Amino acid sequence: MLIIDCPYCGPRPELEFAHGGQAHIARPADPSQTTDDEWTEYLYLRVNTKGVYAERWRHARGCGRFFNALRDTTTDQFLATYRSGEKPPVGSAARSAP
Amino acid sequence: MTEFRTERGGRVDRSRVLRFTFDGRAYTGFAGDTLASALLANGVQLLGRSFKYHRPRGLLAAGSEEPNALVTVIRDAARRTPNVRATTVELYDGLVAESQNRWPSLSFDLGAINNLLSPVLPAGFYNKTFMWPRSAWFALYEPRIRAAAGLGVAPTLPDPDRYAQRYAHCEVLVVGAGPAGLAAATAAAATGARVILCDEQAELGGALLAEPDTEIDGRPAGDWLAATVAALRANPRVTLLARTTAFGYFPHNNVGLVERLTDHLESPPAALPRERLWQVRAREVVLATGAIERPLPFPGNDRPGVMLAGAARTYLHRFGVRVGRRAVVVAGCDAAFQAAVELSRAGVAIAVIADVRAPGQVAGPGEQAARAAGLAVETNATVLGTRGRLRVSQVLLGRVGPDGAVTPGASHACDVVLMSGGYTPSVHLHSQSRGKLAYDDALGAFVPAAPAERTRSAGMARGVAGLAAGLDDGAAAGAAAAGAHAATHRHSSRGLDGGLAGRPGAPPQPAALVPPAKAFVDFQNDVTTRDLALARREGFESIEHIKRYTTTGMATDQGKTSGLNALAIVASESERRVPEVGLTTFRMPFTPVTFGSLAGVARGDAFDPVRRTPSHAWAAARGAVFEDVGLWKRARYFPVNGEDMHAAVNRECLAVRRGVGMFDASTLGKIEVVGKDAATFLNRLYINNWSNLGVQRSRYGILLRDDGFVYDDGVIARLAEDRFHVTTTTGGAARVFAMMEDFLQTEWTDLSVWITSTTEQWAVVAVQGPRARDVLARLVTDVDLSAAALPHMAVARGRIAGVPMLLFRVSFSGELGFEVNVPADYGAEVWAAIHEAGREFGITPYGTEAMHVLRAEKGYIIVGQDTDGTMTPDDAAVAWAIGKQKPDFVGKRSLERPTMKHPQRKQLVGLETLDPRIVLEEGAQIVATRDQRPPMKMIGHVTSSYHSAVLGRSIALGVVAGGRARSGETLYVPMPGGDIPVKVVSPVFYDREGARLNG
Repeated sequence: MLIIDCPYCGPRPELEFAHGGQAHIARPADPSQTTDDEWTEYLYLRVNTKGVYAERWRHARGCGRFFNALRDTTTDQFLATYRSGEKPPVGSAARSAP
Repeated sequence: MTEFRTERGGRVDRSRVLRFTFDGRAYTGFAGDTLASALLANGVQLLGRSFKYHRPRGLLAAGSEEPNALVTVIRDAARRTPNVRATTVELYDGLVAESQNRWPSLSFDLGAINNLLSPVLPAGFYNKTFMWPRSAWFALYEPRIRAAAGLGVAPTLPDPDRYAQRYAHCEVLVVGAGPAGLAAATAAAATGARVILCDEQAELGGALLAEPDTEIDGRPAGDWLAATVAALRANPRVTLLARTTAFGYFPHNNVGLVERLTDHLESPPAALPRERLWQVRAREVVLATGAIERPLPFPGNDRPGVMLAGAARTYLHRFGVRVGRRAVVVAGCDAAFQAAVELSRAGVAIAVIADVRAPGQVAGPGEQAARAAGLAVETNATVLGTRGRLRVSQVLLGRVGPDGAVTPGASHACDVVLMSGGYTPSVHLHSQSRGKLAYDDALGAFVPAAPAERTRSAGMARGVAGLAAGLDDGAAAGAAAAGAHAATHRHSSRGLDGGLAGRPGAPPQPAALVPPAKAFVDFQNDVTTRDLALARREGFESIEHIKRYTTTGMATDQGKTSGLNALAIVASESERRVPEVGLTTFRMPFTPVTFGSLAGVARGDAFDPVRRTPSHAWAAARGAVFEDVGLWKRARYFPVNGEDMHAAVNRECLAVRRGVGMFDASTLGKIEVVGKDAATFLNRLYINNWSNLGVQRSRYGILLRDDGFVYDDGVIARLAEDRFHVTTTTGGAARVFAMMEDFLQTEWTDLSVWITSTTEQWAVVAVQGPRARDVLARLVTDVDLSAAALPHMAVARGRIAGVPMLLFRVSFSGELGFEVNVPADYGAEVWAAIHEAGREFGITPYGTEAMHVLRAEKGYIIVGQDTDGTMTPDDAAVAWAIGKQKPDFVGKRSLERPTMKHPQRKQLVGLETLDPRIVLEEGAQIVATRDQRPPMKMIGHVTSSYHSAVLGRSIALGVVAGGRARSGETLYVPMPGGDIPVKVVSPVFYDREGARLNG
C-alpha cells in the first residue's frame, strides 16, 4: 500500500485515495472548435510512462481534494505531490523520461 | 527409541514423548520435532507422490523450501489443512497427518502408471494433446486431469477459526533471525530504534539452531544465541515474532507478515486466533533471509532418500536424527563434504563422496576435513543413476575423463543420498520490492543489487558466506538501517565458514544415458532436465515462456529449490550465460498464506458494510424479500400468503395501476448543488437546459461523460435560484458526486458552487397510483395537492404528519405520483404513517421488482440496465432532453462525431414476443432472420424483460441496430429451444399519451 502525501492533509495510506488518471490534461476551452482528432486525443490518448509520471489523485476518503503527483512507475516511489493548477515542481520534472 | 535417533544432542526435548499418526499408523516423536524429523526418526522416508508422474517421494529439505513432502494435517472435519510441508509442521501430541495424491495407498499408487507413460507425457503435454475437440476440454479432459493431478483436498465446511490482523510501525524491520538477522536487530536496537524481528521458524536462530559445534566470540553458538535472544526480548522497543513469515513486500516498505499462533498446539485455546496478519510499515527493512541449498539434477535424483546435504545436517544437529544408515554424498560444493564428515561422526556410514564439481577445485575446509577423516572421495565424478523402488538403494557413479567423456564407474549400495549444488541466496523479498538482482559468478547465483525501497540485505541473503562475516554484515546493516554508524565490534567464529558456493545446473550428463532416466529439476511439478531441453528445442527462448510451458517453478514452492538450476540448464542448452537467460519474477507470497489470515474479520456479516433504508425494519417484519443493490438492502417484493415472486409482483403492479402503492426510494443518490453559479454549473454538466427551470419545479436530467455516452440520470429540482436538489441513480451517487467535484476543482474553478451529498439525509417514500393524492391528503394539510396547484414535476415544501417535507410530484410508474422527502430520522415514522393513512385505499407496499416492471411498461430506462456505457442520448431515446441552444455541455462535442450519428447505431426499442406468454431472457441476443447457424449476425440484445400484469402479456426493452426504423418488423431471439419471434414496437407499452401521469 502506497503512502501518499496529500498536499492538504499530509501523508496518508493509499486506501483513502482514488486514482484520477493522467494529470495536466485540460478540457478544451471551446470543444466545438476542436477537430475530431483533437477531441479524440483529449478523450482517449494517454501516455503510458515507464518512469516519472504525472498523475491525479483524489483524497476521496479524506479532504476530497484533487491534486497531482509525480510517481516513478518502475518503483512506485513518489517524487512530489502538488495542488491542482500548480506546475510540477522544477527539478523533479527534469527527471521525467517518458 | 529407533536406530535413527541419536543418543543425545539436538534441540528436541527427549523427556516429552509425543504420539502421532501418519496414514493411520501410530508413531512417536519428541517435543521440538517437526513431522518430517519425527517420521525420519521412525525410518519413514516415503512421504508423498509427485504431482504428474505419481513417483514416490521423500524429504528433500528440512525447511519451508521442501517441494515433496506435502501432507494434510487433520484436527477435525472442518480443520483439515492440505498441502502443508511436513518440514514446517511442528509435532504435537495426537497429531494426525495423511499423505496426498495417491490411491489406494502411498506405497501402492495406481496413478504411478503415469510414470510408465512418461515418454508420452512430455512438457506441454496437456497443451498438445487435449486440444480437440474443443468441447471435450471442458466436459472430459479438464475434470479428469484435475481429478488425477490432485494435491490435497480442502475441507468443505466453513473455517471455524478466527484470524486477527494488526498494523505495526517500526524504524527497522528485520526479516530472518539467523545470525545476520540477530546481529542486525541487536545493532539497530542499540540505537533505540523500534525493531521488529520475524522468522518463519518456531525458534529464532536460523542456521545456528543446527550448529552445536560452532563458536561465536569465544563461546558456544547456542549460548550466544540464547543470550542474544534474551537481550532482544528484554528490550521493550523490540518485537520478536517467531513462526512468522514475511510473505509479501509491498510498496513503500509495507511488509506483510503472517504469524501462526495455534497450529503447533495440541489444544489451541479458544480465545486465541489461529493466525495473525501483520501489516508492518517500516522506515527501513533488513532482509536477512539466508540462502536455500540447491539439489543436483542427476538421473534418479528424486527417489526417497535422496536429499539435500544441508538438510541432513539439520536433521542431525537440530533434531537428533540420522537420515539413514549408509550415505552416498554427491558434492557440488564444499559444504557437502562437511555434511559427510559430521554424519560420519554421528554413525552414518559414508559409502563414497562423489565430487561432481568442475576439475581443479581448490580443496576447501570441508574437503580437507573429509580427506583427513579418511572418507572415500571420488573426483571428476558424475552420477549416472539410482535404483530403489520406494527408497534409494544404489547409486551408479561415472567418471568424467579429461575430454569430457564419461565411463561408468562403481555402484554403491546406500539408503540415503546427500547432495548439494551450492546455496542460492533468498532474494525473494528483495525482488518483490522491485530491487534489481545481479549474478554473482563466484557464488553461481543471483544476489541483491540496487534496491527500489529503503531496504538492504545482509548475510547469506546477499552472498556473504561465513559466520563471522555474516554477523558483521548483519550488524552493519542493522546499524545503518537505524541511521547509526556501522558497529566497530568484529565478530569471531569457529566453524560453518564458507564452502557454500556451488555451480548450479547439471553435472555432466552423457547424452546416451539421458533417456529413460529422469533428472528432476522441479520436484513438485515433475519437471526434468529433458523437459527443459525439449522446450528449448521446440523454440522457446524466454525463460518466462519456458516456465509456463514446462511449469517449472510454478508449483506451490514457487521454484525455491529449482529456479536457478532451471536457468542454468536453459543457459547451457542455449549456450548463454545464466544472467543472459534472465529471471522470472518473484511474486508474493513467499510461502502459501491462508485465505483466513488475509480475510481476517471480514467474513459473514462483517464482509462488507450494509446500508439499510428507513423502512427496512418495517419491511423485514412483513417478510419482504431483499436484494443487494450496491451496499444497499432493498425490498424486492412483499409476498403475502405464501406468494411466489411472480404472484407478488403482479399484485403489487396492479395495485399501483388501479389503486395506490408505496415504495421506499431512499437509496436514490441526492446531491445539493448550491451557489450563485449553480445553474451555470448544471448547464455545463447535464445535457438539459436549467436556466429556464423555475423555482419549485423539477426536470428529468441526463448526464453524459465527455465521450458522449449516458452516465447517469435523475430528477433535478430547483429549490431556489441558487439551490438545486439533484437526484442520481442508486449506484451512481458516489461517481456522479466525484465527477462534479472533479469539474469544480480542476476545470471550472471560475464557478462559485458547493456540492454536498445528502443521500443519507433524506428518506424518500414514493406514493404512486390513481389514489395517491387521496392518501397524502390525509397527512398533508399545508400544501395544495391539486393538479392545478401542484402539476406534474412541481415541487412543494410543507409538512406531512407533522414532519417537515420536501414534496415532489414525480412518477417513475407512469401513474399520478408523489415522492415524499423527509429527514431520514423521520423516515420510518412517516413510512408507517403513510401506510396507515393509505389503509382505506388499499395502499400496497411494492418492491424494486414491481418498480422495474412499472417503469418498463412506460419505457423509462434504467441507466446501467438499458444502457451499457456505449449509448448516446439518441440511442437511449432520451435525446429530447438535450438543451439545443446550449453552446456546450459535457459530452456534447462527442455527439458530433460521425459514428455517434450513424443510423445503424443500436437504439432502444420495445419488443413484443408473438407469443405473449413468453418472457424473454434479459441479455438474449437478437438476429434479423431465423434459423441462423453460429456465428450468427447479432444486431442487438434484450435489456429488460418482464411479464406485465396490466397488459396481460410479456414486454421487453432491447437495443437493436437501426431499431427505430425497424418498427413493426419481426426479429428473432435465438434460444436453445429455437428462435423466438419478436415484433419491434414503441418502448412505451402503457398509456402512450401520458394521461394517467397528469391525473
